[in-house]
Amino acid sequence: MTDVVATNETILVVGGGVSGMTTALEAAEAGKQVILVEKRPYVGGRITQLYKYFPKLCFPTCGLEINQRRTKQNPNVTVLTMAEVTSLTGSEGNYSATVKISPRYVNENCTACGACEDAVEAEFDNEYNYGLDKHKGAYRPHRMAYPERYVIDPAMIGTADADKAKAACKFDAINLEMQEETVELKVGAVVYATGWRPYDANKIQPYGYDRYKNVITSVEFERMNDPMGPTGGKILRPSDGKEAKDIAFIQCAGSRDRNYLKHCSRICCMATLKQTTYATDADAKSTVYYIDIRAIDRFEDFYQKVQKDENVKFIKSKVANITEDRETGNPILNGVDTEGYNRYATPHELVVLAVGMEPSLDASTLPEGISINEHGFIENDGTNGGIFAAGCASDALDVNRAVQSATACALKAIQVVNRVAGSEG
Amino acid sequence: MSNLNNQMVNKYRNDFLKEVEANVEEGDWVKMCMQCGVCAGSCPMGPYWDHPPQEIFMMIRAGKREEVLSSTSMWMCTSCYNCIARCPRELPITHIMHGLAHYGKRLGIAPKNQPTLKFSQKFWENLMTNGRVNELKLGITLYFIDGFVQGIKNALAASGIGLGMFKAKRLDPMEILGGHSVKDKSGLKAMIKKAQEIEEARISGNQ
Ligand SMILES: Cc1cc2nc3c(=O)[nH]c(=O)nc-3n(C[C@H](O)[C@H](O)[C@H](O)COP(=O)(O)OP(=O)(O)OC[C@H]3O[C@@H](n4cnc5c(N)ncnc54)[C@H](O)[C@@H]3O)c2cc1C
Ligand code: SF4
Ligand code: SF4
Ligand code: SF4
Ligand code: SF4
Repeated sequence: MTDVVATNETILVVGGGVSGMTTALEAAEAGKQVILVEKRPYVGGRITQLYKYFPKLCFPTCGLEINQRRTKQNPNVTVLTMAEVTSLTGSEGNYSATVKISPRYVNENCTACGACEDAVEAEFDNEYNYGLDKHKGAYRPHRMAYPERYVIDPAMIGTADADKAKAACKFDAINLEMQEETVELKVGAVVYATGWRPYDANKIQPYGYDRYKNVITSVEFERMNDPMGPTGGKILRPSDGKEAKDIAFIQCAGSRDRNYLKHCSRICCMATLKQTTYATDADAKSTVYYIDIRAIDRFEDFYQKVQKDENVKFIKSKVANITEDRETGNPILNGVDTEGYNRYATPHELVVLAVGMEPSLDASTLPEGISINEHGFIENDGTNGGIFAAGCASDALDVNRAVQSATACALKAIQVVNRVAGSEG
Repeated sequence: MSNLNNQMVNKYRNDFLKEVEANVEEGDWVKMCMQCGVCAGSCPMGPYWDHPPQEIFMMIRAGKREEVLSSTSMWMCTSCYNCIARCPRELPITHIMHGLAHYGKRLGIAPKNQPTLKFSQKFWENLMTNGRVNELKLGITLYFIDGFVQGIKNALAASGIGLGMFKAKRLDPMEILGGHSVKDKSGLKAMIKKAQEIEEARISGNQ
């Protein structure tokens, strides 16, 4: 059984991405008791799936490692992975959360030696790489995954493969009898850091993501460029595995569009500018199709730098639709450009859709009356009591702003539990 | 140039956008266009006309009054609604295009030889005669719109369509003798006349 001690002076953080980790660590390092609930088998969220960070083009793994170390060292933080909050009731200073914990089938004895992985045959779509490859039925989600423990896919249970995995483990770490658990937690304040998910590109019918192999999304492109990723860091066309040398980026794919997401996802212009540097590094040319480039805040200089790169071309136009040249597998971008109203039908070897960010929160798990805006993000206003939203649960943000908002939430939550402590004397 | 046109020029001076907002159906949407280009790229007629909707909207903002209102572009719109379905800002593009065409016509500066305009006029006249559209008479008028010889050619080229309509009971050869009409023709005419008066009063109110 999972044993978790919580009181109404405890802070519950829902979602363990960079925002949730920040809130949890800031509060824990200020001496508060924190429970961090994360749905995935590891913490870090979507930044673990990025190759480099704009604007510095450094690696997310660096900050992630620091945060993981801080988490490991701090006794005030309890991390529950493969856990989800299924309901929350109560009011400021006195909430009751129901948490469902799915079985990992691997306990804390695991040394991440990998023997079980070698022993099994079954393979499953690898969600971490957005389905670009497969992982074994016994796997470590990614090479830096924390907690450093393997996972057995639930579809393995009852198969001979599962028994093979168990037999291969020398540390008695595999327990195929593990069951789903539900725990009730009493807490004083709750911070939602449930983050974002990429907008479903299949819904943008005219771009044919579901029909054309060489139309991919920006999040897949990040995975492709990671040397540890599914293509070993090479930009390969899904249709024929050839290196793509002529890449088009389509901005606002699913954002700023009343048919899809109404809001501007804010980071995708910067993400594309960053991704053109990946292309240039791979000796490929980039063409960016855009409505306008929103290099937020002080990132204008990054945009100017990319504009100077002769390998990168900008075309002011929202692509109307994509067709395909059957012979070459090249997607053909059709539209009219705004600077001159010229009609174009231009083939490219690979097309990257800069998909929008939508909130991943399931609002039905929230208590009634929590303020949610028309885009589905939680609005941090005074009527939410002891519930706060950090990072991309509150808006489409880059890491810098997500972390700032997470720190602010830690302070708000600390104030709530301090009030509880004060009134209880 | 028509009187009404002169009045409008004087009234709005250099603010064509304002004029469009006040006088064109759904005209107040024009300013919402963000010039993304999706309508222009999605319009099936796009490659065949001078200015796609995106460009028309920019021209309105740029005050290109004559060019817009006398353009043949709006008259080419087939009402396929592709642009409306795709516009990220949900502009009622089709309606604005029709509104502009109608406004140009009202001011007497719509292109005189645009086939759709001629068709619309014939359609209207046909409708006004009996209160219903007489497909056969309208069809015949249209065939001969470019003169007799061309009319015969048109008729031959389109005979398939006519035959199809005939088979589907959409075209009644007996209509040549008079054609079906609404029961109270004079009542209908009075109604239309009233509607025209109201519309004209509305336009003058805007002046
Ligand atoms: C293509 C692309 C490139 C980007 N590149 C950059 C960049 O270079 N630099 C930059 O600053 N930003 C970049 N970003 C933005 C960056 O990814 C976000 O700012 C960051 O991921 C926000 O972190 P978060 O913790 O708020 O959300 P997330 O990373 O989404 O984390 C949320 C976590 O909550 C968990 N969760 C969700 N629901 C529940 C639940 N009900 N119960 C429990 N857990 C739950 C999720 O599993 C996840 O682990 C990029 C974004 C995109 C789309
Ligand atoms: S479960 Fe056992 S075999 Fe598998 S990685 Fe962990 S310790 Fe190694
Ligand atoms: S950040 Fe750029 S690509 Fe993303 S929605 Fe906004 S304008 Fe479009
Ligand atoms: S699709 Fe809509 S917003 Fe885009 S150019 Fe056309 S009218 Fe303007
Ligand atoms: S409705 Fe008219 S303007 Fe719109 S796409 Fe169709 S033909 Fe073009």
